[in-house]
Amino acid sequence: MSLGGFDVQVLRENGFATEEMTLNMGPQHPSTHGVLRFVVRADGEVMTEAVPDVGYLHRSIEKIAEKVGYHGFMPYTDRVDYVAAMPCNQGWAMVCEKLAGIEVPRRAEYCRVIACEFNRISSHLIAVGTMGMDIGAFTPFTHALREREHINDLLEELCGARLTFNYMRIGGVAWDLPPDFAEKGLAYIDRFEPLIDEYNALISFNKIYKERLINVAVITGEEAINYNLVGPNLRGSGVDFDVRRDIPYSIYPELQFDVPVGHGEEGTLGDCFDRYMVRIREIQESCKIIRQCLQQIPEGSVLAKIPRKFKPPVGDAYVRIESARGDMGWYCVSDGSEYPYRVKVRTGSFTATSIIEQVSRGLMIADLITVVASFDLVAPEIDR
Amino acid sequence: MKDLVLSLIAEGGALAGVPFSLAAPLVMVAFGALVVFGFVLPIAGITSWLERRVWARIQSRIGPNRVGPQGFLQWLADGLKNLLKEDIIPSAADKWLFSLAPYLVVVGFIATFAAVPFTSSLIIADLNIGILYITAVTGIVVVGVLMAGWSSNNKWSLLGGIRSAAQIVSYEIPAGLSVFPIVLLTGTLSMQGIIRAQGWAPWDWFFFYNPFTFAAFFVFFVAALAEGNRTPFDIPEAESELVAGFCTEYSGMRYLLFFLEEWGNLYVIGAIVTTLFLGGWQVPAFTDNPMLLAVAQFGTFFLKAYFFVFVAMWVRATLPRVRVDQLMTVCWKYMVPIAIVNMLGTAAWMLFVPETLGRLVQFGMTGLGAVVVVVFFRRVRFHLRRANLKPSDYYYSPII
Repeated sequence: MSLGGFDVQVLRENGFATEEMTLNMGPQHPSTHGVLRFVVRADGEVMTEAVPDVGYLHRSIEKIAEKVGYHGFMPYTDRVDYVAAMPCNQGWAMVCEKLAGIEVPRRAEYCRVIACEFNRISSHLIAVGTMGMDIGAFTPFTHALREREHINDLLEELCGARLTFNYMRIGGVAWDLPPDFAEKGLAYIDRFEPLIDEYNALISFNKIYKERLINVAVITGEEAINYNLVGPNLRGSGVDFDVRRDIPYSIYPELQFDVPVGHGEEGTLGDCFDRYMVRIREIQESCKIIRQCLQQIPEGSVLAKIPRKFKPPVGDAYVRIESARGDMGWYCVSDGSEYPYRVKVRTGSFTATSIIEQVSRGLMIADLITVVASFDLVAPEIDR
Repeated sequence: MKDLVLSLIAEGGALAGVPFSLAAPLVMVAFGALVVFGFVLPIAGITSWLERRVWARIQSRIGPNRVGPQGFLQWLADGLKNLLKEDIIPSAADKWLFSLAPYLVVVGFIATFAAVPFTSSLIIADLNIGILYITAVTGIVVVGVLMAGWSSNNKWSLLGGIRSAAQIVSYEIPAGLSVFPIVLLTGTLSMQGIIRAQGWAPWDWFFFYNPFTFAAFFVFFVAALAEGNRTPFDIPEAESELVAGFCTEYSGMRYLLFFLEEWGNLYVIGAIVTTLFLGGWQVPAFTDNPMLLAVAQFGTFFLKAYFFVFVAMWVRATLPRVRVDQLMTVCWKYMVPIAIVNMLGTAAWMLFVPETLGRLVQFGMTGLGAVVVVVFFRRVRFHLRRANLKPSDYYYSPII
């Protein structure tokens, strides 16, 4: 409960502590990443408690599923996590396919992985960019978003949308790759990969930036598992787990890629810097995956034959996918009708919110922003 | 200034017959008004436009380019817009302090111009305590900021105000200590006196005088940035942490006044640095025409000062923000000791280093500085060349 010599308990025992102040950070605050609210109790600049208050972006998406049917729910999945909508599409498509036992064409699987990995890069670019912005450097943010715009252009060619893609369908994807997509995608990856080093030189290894991230909000591997952190947040604490590799789905077993894990390269294992660097490295891995996919993609159809009135048999299914924010679970119960009986989405941001209260004790108010950014919280994914 | 007044009230002058005791304040007020409205306010506005353009170039954006050529009149449009906006005073705020605070901030910054030189003859008041006066009146700004933070009756404002007080008060110490080596060398506090002690050539500048004044320059510039609430030390208004810091509750023109201070203060920082370390308005005596010489001096001083305005913009676009405790650590654990060493080192240098050796060191340091500049620009050119690829290399990039 101390950082940089600030131990609230010691201050209080020696009579230096003053009256505690309750601060309301959010839901409209410049850097709470959407509408997230914290009730912060602070003694001067040092927080004694920061309690997240979620629910400002609740749209009851899971309930809507019960009224719009299986096909009709696909556009809503984009809104579960609009920063990385492709994995959400894929999760819903996969859970429906598992319910009905549908075989997806190989080419469609490749299209899905290409789209998801491009989306993972663009989501991580937002994560590392806003990290810089929250620390006070605006330039990295614009540079990251500039690169993201190109990915958006590519995905727009793929499916016509730049944010909420609605690209995938139950049994495949809506459209095949455009004629010169592979060429453009490879050209983009070739150009983008060296820019990651430039980005690192600009911000990641900046002295002030490192000072702000290192040893802040250290989460041990055990804690991370207990609080159910997933994805880069979990791997940042040194736990080597990636759904794409360990519970393989789609064509991931056929692809060569590493799973970057934090190893306390600058400070303690599991600090904000580790979580940040895991994202930077994952961008590089995603580039590798896309390159392989674009080179290996087979010919064939992209959509299996699915009846317009999709009625999966009675039963339930749960699938796990690796979204940009980590292990995302899709659970669906079917009663044999056209409408799902119950849908539940398990998202990484929600569980990451639960650990904030614990790690923020004794940090400074400025560090709360760092912690929130390092978890890459996306408010719609918390509330759905 | 006194000569000017005397010439005006002499026979045939514009103010002939007016007693000196009346003419002197009149002329000074007139000149002060001319400086404030003809120089200070436009320079603050133009700096705001330039900063946005420079930022945009660094961040591969375009920036404001609609109002006037290259968006040059954007600052006028912004000023007008803010003048016309409603001036909201929160009902829970302390009305008088809340209204007064922005003016106090602006007064603290405009008052510095009384002692900021423009040319060898053009200065509102060449005070014999010039640099001390500037350091003192800059201190008024912190009162205004603290007042704004307190009277807003908003917790974010309060945090911003307290942070600002701690920051500005702390950083005045290394800034003040870094002025001492120069004062030791020149034996005067007057701004013009300090400039006269230097020469037009870089090796005559105090920047290259000895290693201690060289270090003092950097300590002073960093401390001045911190006093001016600039990134990486802009924690009082840290928009990602404290919403807008001490000016959270302000709107309209009062809000703009804080930023007028910030942008105008950049020029003041540049002017003080130029005066203390970079030879001020010193130019080689190339002509006898006093008018031409004055223009050359003004141009030299302005360009030197504005270079540092540009550096401040550049730093702001590059660096993230330090945390509050790190800010204090940097000040008390590093900058204050370094500043004290600089002061003692300069004193020792004056005592023990003979004149010829001192000259050699000056030339050597100037040479080193030139080498550093050349290496720097070669690196810049290298990166520019690397980035300047053919369109076919950037198959998918319409921007770069």
